[in-house]
Amino acid sequence: MKEYKKYRKRLPLSLLEEVKEKTKDMPEARVNKILKEVHKEYRKAKVQAGESVGLVSAESLGEPGTQMTLNTFHFAGVAEMNVTVGLPRIIEILDGRKKIKTPMMEVYLKPPYNKGKDIKKLALSIKETLLKEVMSEISVDLANSSIEIILDKEKVKDIGATAGSIVKALEKQAKGTNVKKKEDTIIIKPKSKENHVAEAYKLKEKIKNIYIKGVKNIKQVLPVKRGNEFIIITSGSNLPEILEMKEVDTSRTVTNDIYEISRILGIEAARAVVINEVSKVIEAQGLNVDIRHIMLIADTMCFSGDLKGITRYGVVSEKASVLARASFETPIKHIINAALVGEVDELNSVVENVMLNQAVPVGTGLPGLVTKIK
Amino acid sequence: MSEVYLNSKYIGDVEEPSLFIDQFKTERRKGSLSNNVNIFYNDLDNNVYIESSKGRARRPLIVVKDGIPLLTEKHLEQLEKGELSWVDLVNQGIIEYLDAAEEENAYIAFTEKDLKAEHTHLEITPYSMFGLVASLVPYANFTPAARVNMGSKNQRQAIGFYASNYLVRMDMDVNLLHNPQVPIVKSSMSDIYMDEKHPAGQNIVVAVMSNDGYNMEDAIVISKSSLERGFGRSTYYRPSTAEEMRYSGGLVDEISVPDKEVKGYKSEEDYRLLENDGIVYPEAKVEEDDVVIGKTSPPRFLSSMDEYNLAAATRRESSISMAHGEKGVIDFVMLTENEEGNKLVQVRVRDQRIPEIGDKFTSRHGQKGVIGLIVPETDMPFSASGIKPDLIFSPHGVPSRMTISHLIELIGGKVGALSGRQIDGTTFHSEPEAELRKELLSLGFKENGTETLYNGKTGEEYNVKIYVGNMYYMKLKHMVANKLHARARGPIQLLTRQPTEGRAKEGGLRLGEMEKDTFVAHGASLLLKERFDSDKTVVPVCEKCGLIAIHDEYKNTKYCPICGDDVDITNIEVSYAFKLILDEFKSLCVYPKLQLKNKY
Repeated sequence: MKEYKKYRKRLPLSLLEEVKEKTKDMPEARVNKILKEVHKEYRKAKVQAGESVGLVSAESLGEPGTQMTLNTFHFAGVAEMNVTVGLPRIIEILDGRKKIKTPMMEVYLKPPYNKGKDIKKLALSIKETLLKEVMSEISVDLANSSIEIILDKEKVKDIGATAGSIVKALEKQAKGTNVKKKEDTIIIKPKSKENHVAEAYKLKEKIKNIYIKGVKNIKQVLPVKRGNEFIIITSGSNLPEILEMKEVDTSRTVTNDIYEISRILGIEAARAVVINEVSKVIEAQGLNVDIRHIMLIADTMCFSGDLKGITRYGVVSEKASVLARASFETPIKHIINAALVGEVDELNSVVENVMLNQAVPVGTGLPGLVTKIK
Repeated sequence: MSEVYLNSKYIGDVEEPSLFIDQFKTERRKGSLSNNVNIFYNDLDNNVYIESSKGRARRPLIVVKDGIPLLTEKHLEQLEKGELSWVDLVNQGIIEYLDAAEEENAYIAFTEKDLKAEHTHLEITPYSMFGLVASLVPYANFTPAARVNMGSKNQRQAIGFYASNYLVRMDMDVNLLHNPQVPIVKSSMSDIYMDEKHPAGQNIVVAVMSNDGYNMEDAIVISKSSLERGFGRSTYYRPSTAEEMRYSGGLVDEISVPDKEVKGYKSEEDYRLLENDGIVYPEAKVEEDDVVIGKTSPPRFLSSMDEYNLAAATRRESSISMAHGEKGVIDFVMLTENEEGNKLVQVRVRDQRIPEIGDKFTSRHGQKGVIGLIVPETDMPFSASGIKPDLIFSPHGVPSRMTISHLIELIGGKVGALSGRQIDGTTFHSEPEAELRKELLSLGFKENGTETLYNGKTGEEYNVKIYVGNMYYMKLKHMVANKLHARARGPIQLLTRQPTEGRAKEGGLRLGEMEKDTFVAHGASLLLKERFDSDKTVVPVCEKCGLIAIHDEYKNTKYCPICGDDVDITNIEVSYAFKLILDEFKSLCVYPKLQLKNKY
């Protein structure tokens, strides 16, 4: 239809599609009228030129932030599943930390597993298991300077492993040793000819922490019922390996490790997680911040294609103005580096102009006068 | 078998620690061991610790034997007669000082009623858990601890009668209350610390009601006539000091009326109050900037060359004058010598302070507030008998703070004032509120303390009964006269050319980083520029090298120190702080080149 074409450039596509869908059976004149009204409303909703949206976002998030420091709800939750919440979590997200304090995953499952089929077994098989968790005894044989391990059969069965698979895992990871299985015990002997007892003791400590089964970095698992399906909440995060599992619903499984998301699923996913995680914290505190402020901040962190924190190494280092960068932490470093390459400050943003006592280019400071000179 | 430590040093073993400790304590109570020594058995490590070192916090307790305190009625009688003193009780082992460690081994009864056979000690009084000032809060056991604490903090700031020799003292920042009174509702601590000798407040009639909104948010409304009768009136004393200092080369300061030739001479007007000796006369009325002590000092940096230089030999003005915003009357002038034998002049200024809007007052229950309105007595509410409150306190101050003691004191004060006696409001054993109410009823008032009041302006009866009674109120040392501050223009700092900071220096009120952000958020860009132009300057800039050029005032020409005068030089308007940072860049060997561009 002609009318829609006319508005293609003036309205966002999603809006246009919605109008199209709803005005399917209407006469042309009416559709035209509706489109005109929609366009009017759309223009009203747009932010005015020269509005300092970034600063308003910063204030809108900073003000509840000051209140959060006073709250003692920072470490609420059960001891088993201790999650960083409150202000420390917000700082962690906005700083774009690569190693977060409490990584966590919510693993959604495909049917039939999401109805509770083998849920406990599945959860345990995800959990990272070390040798020390499945053995009942470990000792050093002083005569042969070898190490003897007695497995806890119950626990081995629980995680779905066998003595054979454990031996295989040991052979693979304990380099420079001979692994032998004798009835219920596993005997490990260092290959080196010299029988050093001290070395055997060292080896014993090392062997205790050998990875046997499960997904690495998943420290704890907790199957819970959410709505009418079962999901597994984990402490520790390993998105790539979890997504490879055939029982997992890959479209819904998330981690709270934003850096990992950006690495595995890309920057758009990371942006969505930043928005979700920040709003989750703010809502948990009973505060109310408009989602668009958070979206703007998430966009600032992600628009370059990499996840950048709001720190002097992240987005601040990308600022165009030398003076603006220098006014935010480590001024000398920025000035000297700018001098080395002969950087030019175009004085295009707020901070520099405040320093020079010039009108800042927002609001009333933005418009100039255009006139024809005869 | 236990090890014994004396002041943390091992000294030996004992076979039976409990026997040893019992014996030790008996000896100490008998007086054969010093009563400064404490002993403590630690059952965790089975050791005995004896402490005699300094710096231990210790407190006195009554010794109890088999559930019976050693302090008897007989002792109390003797104490009252003066036959026995505190030291005697300690020496006889009736009262014993325990330190924090020995207290761990003791079982202390809170009151005599609680005493059981296992108890080893008895508190002298339950309110010994409070400090001196906190025990002055009447009925404190009816109020949250946080409020009692605040009440005690407020009382410390109260203006009172601090020392009777105040006339010959030269204390800094002294406030003296004019007609101090002893509280009607007292506590037994009042007697111990001799409240009558240095009281700090006055008993006034308080009505708990709102008053046209002028007492919201902890403000109070005060009757003007009460102030005229002397309520809350105080005097503020502040001395100024000048010393005739001696410098190297035989140079000395001189206290005298400065010559007109002196460098930094103020104006004749400022020196008008000085007598021939260069000091003001007593009872002179002084205002701000008036010189109180005239003084001149030798020139500051006198080098050998300057001896031949006549201009440099002039002396420097260094008089002491009244600080900005201060006024008063010269109260006392003192001439003396200091330790080094230098002449020392001290002048004390006195200023009468009648309560004004913004002065701070408090009851003893952490219910402080500032005066919001001073109402002529004709407009104050009144009762049928003609009683008009001196102060109107807002009822909104009570529910959230739960200061019940404030409300009880009001009834107590009313009973005390009507029956002409002091009410005992000692924490934990005060006169019961029920009895106060009964007595109030017998005195012809409503039992709950309320009265029918009439609107002072219209004469109409209020629809509700108003809670009225007498309370002890204190004026706090925070007075607006010492704090009020505003500035339109004034002194600036030498380095940055920005306004000075602080009231004493007539400083500006800073529009900080976050305040700046609000201007930006509103898009009020040009307003922000105007607010930040306190240090704006016009500097000439060389268009060629982009550095600050020089403007020669005499020849009215501009030239660049690098490129000469054959270049375009343009004036730009920037903040002086920016010009300063350009200079600092240069000192870092960074070349800040300004590229000028027409704004329009």
